[in-house]
Amino acid sequence: MAPLPFQRLLDDHGHDVYRFLVASVGRADAEDCYQETWLAALRAYPKLAHTDNLRGWLFTIAAHKALDLQRRRQRAPRLLAALGAAATAPPAERQRPEGRLSEDLWAAICGLAPKQRAAVVLRHLLDADYPTVAATMAISEAAARRNVHEGLKRLREEHGVEWST
Amino acid sequence: MSGPPDLTEAFARSGLIDVAYVVEDSPLGRLLLAATATGLVCVQYVRTESDVEEALELIARRLSPRVLRAPSRLEAPRRELDEFFAGQRREFAIPLDLALVKSGFTRRVLEQTARIPFGETVSYREIACRSGNDRAYRAAGTALGSNPLPIVVPCHRVLHSGGGLGGYTGGLQIKRRLLEIEGVLEPGDGD
Repeated sequence: MAPLPFQRLLDDHGHDVYRFLVASVGRADAEDCYQETWLAALRAYPKLAHTDNLRGWLFTIAAHKALDLQRRRQRAPRLLAALGAAATAPPAERQRPEGRLSEDLWAAICGLAPKQRAAVVLRHLLDADYPTVAATMAISEAAARRNVHEGLKRLREEHGVEWST
Repeated sequence: MSGPPDLTEAFARSGLIDVAYVVEDSPLGRLLLAATATGLVCVQYVRTESDVEEALELIARRLSPRVLRAPSRLEAPRRELDEFFAGQRREFAIPLDLALVKSGFTRRVLEQTARIPFGETVSYREIACRSGNDRAYRAAGTALGSNPLPIVVPCHRVLHSGGGLGGYTGGLQIKRRLLEIEGVLEPGDGD
């Protein structure tokens, strides 16, 4: 496939990458991570061998930047592990047709408990399957399902957000 | 939640943009301008968003995929074009990058076309002759049609010897308008 103009990547995925970073490292650090993510992507883009999952590639870079920051700050190891998972998450099978999540949903995700947030982000933002979610959070698959389930339930009950899966 | 921060400046400072572009309105309709470190590399009439996408995809394929919107990198060509449209400029001083121009006859035709002075016109046959093949006037027309730098490389100054306007990448109305700006045609002249 011919390479897309880099601007297209930014236009198509910039919002979601930013929100992923806000959900991962908090708003205060998200801006720096966001800039680092896109500069790293721009630097590497011409030599990228596989262009069939650019979204996954961008989220991988974002996850690494978030992870670097977390390491520097020595934050909770569980979120650290979850972000590491993002780097190994499989390609997005199905991308949301409308491309972007609503503001409400993002705000609600940010409000979840760390485990639930990590599980929901991994499962539904990065399209990781349950074995991957479990492996990277270092929990059982049953626990991974429970965290996703509880996260979605809280989103639904406390925020009125219906996120079809 | 507010949107992501604007990275335009960060990209510009990084030195990693291979092709900078801007899309903006002009008296001749919307124009896409693109520049490399060498100079202005593309001027294109774009009517729809898909025109823009196609142009950028071609640039990504032919030049580099590091294509980013960066209006500040195109200030000089924008200013010179504005002056030209306002009748205050007869020649362009900005550096050009002919990376999108094919080699051989096409390149010679466009190089010769670049030398036609403001307000003057030349026939297809004459431009073919100046490019080294006086019988290749149809090929000269094709070469002009592939001009990646219309207006700046003034392919609108090449006309049929019988006085007909010939063809134009942006449509004949635009060619007529350019010739009016240069005083070759009176405003409202028919074809």
